[in-house]
Amino acid sequence: MLELMQGPLLISILAAMVRIATPLLFSAMGELVTQRAGIWNISVEGTMLLGAVVAYVVASTTGSPWLALLVAVFACALISLIMSFVTIVLKAEQFVAGLALNLLASGLTLFWFQTYVIGREPPKFAGFEQVDIPFLSDIPILGPVLFSQRALTYVSFLLPPLVWFFLYRTRYGLEVRCVGENPKALDVKGLGVGRRQCLAIMFGSLMSGLGGAFLMLGYSDRFVPDLIAGRGWLVVVAIIAGNWMPFRIVGAIFIFALLEAVGIHAQVVGVAIPHHVFLVLPYVASLALLAGLRSRTHQPVALGVPYSRE
Amino acid sequence: MENLLSVQNLTKRFGPVTANDGVNLEVRKGEIHCLFGENGAGKSTLSSCLYGYYRADSGVIRFKGEVAELNSPADALRLGIGMVHQHFVLVSNFTVLENIIVGSAETGLFLTKSDARRKISELCENCGIRIDLDREIWELSVGEQQWVEILKALYFGAELLILDEPTAVLTPQQSDQLFRILDGMRKRGLSIILISHKLREVMQSDRVTILRKGRAIATVETSETTAEAITSLMVGHKVNKHVRDRSVEPTGEVLAVDRACAIGEWGEDILKDVSFNIAHHEILGLAGVAGNGQKELFETLMGVRALSSGGFSLEGELITKPTSREMLDRGIGFVPDDRFLEGLIPEFGTAENLILGWQRAREYCRGPFLDRRKMDALARRKIEEFKVVTASADLPVERLSGGNAQRIILAREFLHSRGLLLANQPTRGLDVAASEFVYEKILEKRASGFAVLLASEELDDLLRLCDRIAVIFKGRIMGIVRPEETTLLELGMMMAGDASDVQRTVQ
Repeated sequence: MLELMQGPLLISILAAMVRIATPLLFSAMGELVTQRAGIWNISVEGTMLLGAVVAYVVASTTGSPWLALLVAVFACALISLIMSFVTIVLKAEQFVAGLALNLLASGLTLFWFQTYVIGREPPKFAGFEQVDIPFLSDIPILGPVLFSQRALTYVSFLLPPLVWFFLYRTRYGLEVRCVGENPKALDVKGLGVGRRQCLAIMFGSLMSGLGGAFLMLGYSDRFVPDLIAGRGWLVVVAIIAGNWMPFRIVGAIFIFALLEAVGIHAQVVGVAIPHHVFLVLPYVASLALLAGLRSRTHQPVALGVPYSRE
Repeated sequence: MENLLSVQNLTKRFGPVTANDGVNLEVRKGEIHCLFGENGAGKSTLSSCLYGYYRADSGVIRFKGEVAELNSPADALRLGIGMVHQHFVLVSNFTVLENIIVGSAETGLFLTKSDARRKISELCENCGIRIDLDREIWELSVGEQQWVEILKALYFGAELLILDEPTAVLTPQQSDQLFRILDGMRKRGLSIILISHKLREVMQSDRVTILRKGRAIATVETSETTAEAITSLMVGHKVNKHVRDRSVEPTGEVLAVDRACAIGEWGEDILKDVSFNIAHHEILGLAGVAGNGQKELFETLMGVRALSSGGFSLEGELITKPTSREMLDRGIGFVPDDRFLEGLIPEFGTAENLILGWQRAREYCRGPFLDRRKMDALARRKIEEFKVVTASADLPVERLSGGNAQRIILAREFLHSRGLLLANQPTRGLDVAASEFVYEKILEKRASGFAVLLASEELDDLLRLCDRIAVIFKGRIMGIVRPEETTLLELGMMMAGDASDVQRTVQ
């Protein structure tokens, strides 16, 4: 275990942590806004997968990763309308709707994969390249960890403060939080609850799509059906572990990412602990956290409760 | 005086039910106008129409002389009509300030709170409201939460404020304070529509409009009428209010509770050293603001909730670990406060509900099977005796009105109980006639020698029915007083936890 603490390997582990964390940051910040508006959208996994598939298709046909990213985000925003219609208009159970979307996404992906990808020449496309920030990337340790990453990684660093500012310092953020806590309080002031929830779902969905697409374009050169591999669920867990507060969620995600990074490197170095132990740890940690948290939870009061007048 | 609001011929239907039937209403500038009527008379529907929460099917609403199109609360707010809902609509982990400004465009995109703070402080000063704008709602008392609701409406520029049963959860003192604030608002030219069924409050208004079965029966000047006249207008006939028969004296002891304690989910005290006793031929009232341990007291006595220490004796026999089966077998009748959640199984018919808890008794069974014929015969008898209005004994009781549902519970509990009746809020949500029926039946039980524990939020009713009244606050009994030796003021102070002057317990 000690060999993991040595200089070059440690830097490699920390760099891997940042690399693993950033796609999750996009999805988590989006899902946080959705949940703060009272919608428990658990279709993060499926939406990330959809984002990745669309990004793969567009990138491999046009060759432009940025166009691929844009189309993926747009597609996920569009698909979120299904969730909005089912949960806001039909007022269906949000868990069931989210589960259904997840199953739909993985089913369609497998079908598409079997039919169009397997057994064919893998298309060549260029993903996102590493962008070294001048001077900063030369700082020892911090440089390679933080400033030799993909361009979108730097964007993801800015995201949590922006989301925090939106939720706690703007009028619309206050209204979103109000919808999650007590939708009627906004309704009686003549403001639409459904419209705000719909926009919050859309934001969450497009951010998840962004996360999925980034995962595809930034870190892989070919598509595998389990590309997301539970990261969407990890995002949902991170939100609970972070107690619905932006910076704590960031903390949770980095801890999860660190565990995974250590797991990967332990495998390479040949530490005797099985790789899977590290994969299980985030979930175990969240369960323990949840049990200890139940009295001081910041979970929105109306989370998961469909709103209707009387 | 000019009319701020005038409603002509307003009709609102819900399916086959006509909630408001051609209602006319006029509210002057600077008056407190009371809407008075029984449950289901259409008060809340009317106010929801005025606030744009419901759309009226027909009729004209004029505000400041102009026809008002009220399609949503936003329209009402824009015109200057504000509403304080019966169940507060507040976000409990927002601050007072955030609750007031959320949804307002005035703060700009980035929530500049200083202007809002100044404006709200000014409103507070004008109305005589003192409140810390930075406290979160859950830290406030119910009374303070009410001020927040009022401030919300005023912040949005309300000139007409509708209050839906604002004092249902307040102590008499808090309600007096509310009326002082309302009076201040009236003097500043605001108009107030007050929905209430408490006569004491109605008599403090300027005018009263009485609603009965969806129609506005009359509008009268409060100063030119009496409480009795308003009540008979509301009910449509003269009401005979029951009082206890003072010639029957309580004797002996049926129930004696000795320092009963119970602990809640978080380890907090729910009941703390509760002691009292009830005799034959006695009704002991239990007064208190909702949520001060009444429900838990009833639950421990019925063996549904565990005692942490202390106990009680029934007919001289000490009980420390009661179970609900044992308490039923000992003949305790129990009327829970939530009729359809705890008192009845809504999907079951009258016959099945009547034998709940006694479904294994030999008298309703034939071998391992229920004896439908006996059950139906019982149902027919009880429906007649308790004047239950139902299409058949098999009709699910969820289709019955609150009053009829309560009659079925009473019929069941009276049938199986001997000696002790525990009734928690038996008249909550019932109209005057239905309430009096319940009281009449309870008084009959008192006359036949029962000991009765009767919890109610209607202090006037407790004063005329009970032999003694115990006041509960935060799980403690603040004192036990005789109705003829106490006042509403004293009861109110005890209900608010202030027993410094009145700490006493009569036997």
